Amino acid sequence: MSTFPLTYALQEHAGDGGALAQYAGVMLVVPFLAFLLIILIGKRLPRQGAEIAIGAMAIDFVYALALFFRNATEGIVHEEQFEIARFGFGGGRQVAFEWGWVVDGLSTMMFLVVTLVALLVFIYAVGYMKGEIRVTFFFAALCLFAGSMMLLVAAPNLVQLIVGWEGVGLASYLLIGHYWEDRANSSAAMKAFYVNKVADIGLILGTVILAVTAGTFRINEILAQAEEGAAALGAVAVVAGLLIFFGAMGKSAQFPLHVWLPDAMAGPTPVSALMHAATMVTAGVYLIARMFPFYEGMAADARPWILGIGTVTLVIGAMLALVQDDIKRVLAYSTVSQLGYMVAALGAGGYVAGLFHLWTHAFFKALLFLAAGSVIHAVHSNNMSEMGGLRTSLPRTYWTFIVGSLALAGIPPLAGFWSKDEILATFDHAGVTAVFWLGVATAFLTAFYTFRMVLLTFHGSYKGHAHPHESPRVMTVPLMILAVGAIAGGFVLIPGIFSGFHHWVEVRQVFNPEEVEAGFDLAALIPGLIAAVSGVVAAWFVYSPDAETQEARDRVSIPGLYPLLRHKYYLDDIYWYGIVQPIKGPLARGVNWVNQYVIDGVVNGVGAVTMALSRFVYGALDQKGIDGVVHGVSAATDSAGTALRRLQSGRVQQYAAGFVVGALVLVLAVVVLR
Amino acid sequence: MILFQFLLVAALLFSFGVYGLLVRRNAVMVLLSVELMLNAVNINLVAFESVLATSALIGQVFAVFVITVAAAEVGIGLAIILMIFRNRRSANVDDFNLMRL
Amino acid sequence: MSLSQWIGDPLNWVFLVLALAVLLSGFRVVTSPNVVHAALFLVATLAATAGFFLLLSAEFVAWVLVLVYIGAVIVLFLFGIMITRAPTGRDTAVDHPRRLPSALIALALFGVLAWSTWTAFGDTAIEAVGEGSSTEVLGEALLGRFLIPFEVVSFLLLAALVGGITLARKDQSPAEEEAAELVRSER
Repeated sequence: MSTFPLTYALQEHAGDGGALAQYAGVMLVVPFLAFLLIILIGKRLPRQGAEIAIGAMAIDFVYALALFFRNATEGIVHEEQFEIARFGFGGGRQVAFEWGWVVDGLSTMMFLVVTLVALLVFIYAVGYMKGEIRVTFFFAALCLFAGSMMLLVAAPNLVQLIVGWEGVGLASYLLIGHYWEDRANSSAAMKAFYVNKVADIGLILGTVILAVTAGTFRINEILAQAEEGAAALGAVAVVAGLLIFFGAMGKSAQFPLHVWLPDAMAGPTPVSALMHAATMVTAGVYLIARMFPFYEGMAADARPWILGIGTVTLVIGAMLALVQDDIKRVLAYSTVSQLGYMVAALGAGGYVAGLFHLWTHAFFKALLFLAAGSVIHAVHSNNMSEMGGLRTSLPRTYWTFIVGSLALAGIPPLAGFWSKDEILATFDHAGVTAVFWLGVATAFLTAFYTFRMVLLTFHGSYKGHAHPHESPRVMTVPLMILAVGAIAGGFVLIPGIFSGFHHWVEVRQVFNPEEVEAGFDLAALIPGLIAAVSGVVAAWFVYSPDAETQEARDRVSIPGLYPLLRHKYYLDDIYWYGIVQPIKGPLARGVNWVNQYVIDGVVNGVGAVTMALSRFVYGALDQKGIDGVVHGVSAATDSAGTALRRLQSGRVQQYAAGFVVGALVLVLAVVVLR
Repeated sequence: MILFQFLLVAALLFSFGVYGLLVRRNAVMVLLSVELMLNAVNINLVAFESVLATSALIGQVFAVFVITVAAAEVGIGLAIILMIFRNRRSANVDDFNLMRL
Repeated sequence: MSLSQWIGDPLNWVFLVLALAVLLSGFRVVTSPNVVHAALFLVATLAATAGFFLLLSAEFVAWVLVLVYIGAVIVLFLFGIMITRAPTGRDTAVDHPRRLPSALIALALFGVLAWSTWTAFGDTAIEAVGEGSSTEVLGEALLGRFLIPFEVVSFLLLAALVGGITLARKDQSPAEEEAAELVRSER
């Protein structure tokens, strides 16, 4: 079905990993135990529970490392499943609910990335969160977060995957809203939660469709059926594939569901680093990779959508990053854009390319976030307009930040260069020329916004008020370790020289095994390299002069686009006026006036659309989008509750009467219906 | 003797209990009505047991359990009533509306 | 079984007397305007129920009912009535004005129960009555096959005991406790 060069092959002589893989479930249990332990006794410990979190993550990391080396040397394919419950449905068919773990190249790689980044973030957080409120709870939630991610990655069946998936969502909600005293933060947490929930509907529907059709939740059995071309599965494959991809779009912040991610910056910086580098956002990419044989075979018709959405995301994310003032938001939109690269690569059939970018991105994006956190820690502001000239006062942060930025920009020989080149090469091979050139253009933008950020933060003159000081060692050492990763992380896949990464991410399923292209794809390499270098150079010319205000300079650099980007393509406004308002108005009234429901809705809808158009023209409003959904839902709930509260009189005997009458009605119904 | 005669008495007793549950104002009397209903259930359990004649006397065992649980329920129920009475100076069920919105 | 056969069985005469006692006293439990009377009528109902149990050769359950209910639970009720100072005399406002709908609901329930049990067990006879003591079997069942439920129930009882005490005892503020402590130590 595919004509793309696939590098995804059966690992024929893979071992079963021995006892190491057999007991890999330990890695899933440890973070949750740590979570409970921190909740129970964390407050009494000298570091308020951080030591438990770090200890647990260290155990996981060592285990993951051992698995990784074993996989790199002899390969592992191992799966454990334990049945928890069994449910029957029509026609005597049964579906078992199971939990377990799958240890193969893909999950081993993810284990390593998750535990490494999580460990470093945990250590860093000890310094960053010193003296902050609710530190114990913070570390407990971090453990929950990491544990859920491990559960997700290890999932051999879709049910466990959803459990981990929702666990990640819950923990992210808790962490984003860590400073919930500020209303904006709790709104951001809700926004993330709701947007993810919308997407989760897709995932759950897709899962149910697949499970009912295939008769199992086990991923490898579904994939095996897809490979054999089971007719029943084939009939629903594309729909299920699209639904599952919709779920992935939410977690992996793909356009147009990316709106939660920049707001998620409300959480403490270590959370942002963990969420945007190793966990949460990579979950969607991981899901597509896990289901890749499915998308490669039966659901191949869903793949152009994946490619398209990924491409749109990578372009718009990069453009939005150009105009942000908040340093964390630059990184957030950059993450959106990089996730777009990964998803588009998977959509184009580049299994290894997408995962390779996930791998390198984890290093340099975690590094950038933590370094940005170090800067924020020093100047007590997120805004780049209050920074500048920090290279002298924060030398260690500066140099590690530079390393991360070069990696993100794709300058050889740092990690980002290799993976981005792999993705561009994939586009080139796949023959999607437009996507290829958009990718190249975005590579230019990436380099440009990255160095805009570097220059505004560390060069020029200092414009803030606090007295910047270098962060403590507990924060800078993780930065240096990650910097090593950001430099060396790309060497694991150098075309024609060393292709270890190909083998590291192999899994059991076979499909279209084709030979890897040996050597560099110069047609992809040269444009990408030129784009990256020219982006850095252009940023240097625009931003190195220390101009009066940054906003003025932004206007100069991209005059026509500025208002559009500044308002994030008015996407939040469209959500607000196009979706929220028409729903919010009628629904509230609908409780009382079902009659006018439709009329009102149309009237409101027309009015709202008109307003949205006029706002679009005048470009007035900011930042309302999904917060509005939250408000709308709460308003609707509130009015429905007002109507229903009359039933709740507080008189127990009325309830008892209702209870008895209900029981009678049920009995009569059974009798009559029989 | 037939089974139905016991079941009929138990059903009538249960309905009395339901009536009392719905109509009484005093919380203690509501509890009394609940006891009546539990008692009706016990009659059923023992009557069914004597028909089925299980080797382990399951029906009677469960009647004992029901009596035990009922005793626990009365203890807690009266303690709660006492508590509310202290706070509200009333044992009237209609005053027990703290749970409403 | 025909009606004449039924009347012919002396056990049924006993049954009729007991049933009359159960139903009359049970009816008075829910209609008596006096709380204390209602509690005492419950005693009568329970005593007659114990008679039922004896009739069905369930002596152990019968005596448990007498000891636990009449001996303990009713006493508890009477204490509860006393402490909450519920009107011990005649009180017209003891019932809600919604007697009729409640009665209708109860009647409908009775109808459904009676009808469904009649259709299901209308002609089932009880034969294995009067075969001697069942207490030994019951004891073995309780401490053998049903040991775990038995332990669970006893634990529940303990929990209820602790919960009841916690709920019902008067809470003292720390200052009051200190004062009480002081008084005690001075003695």
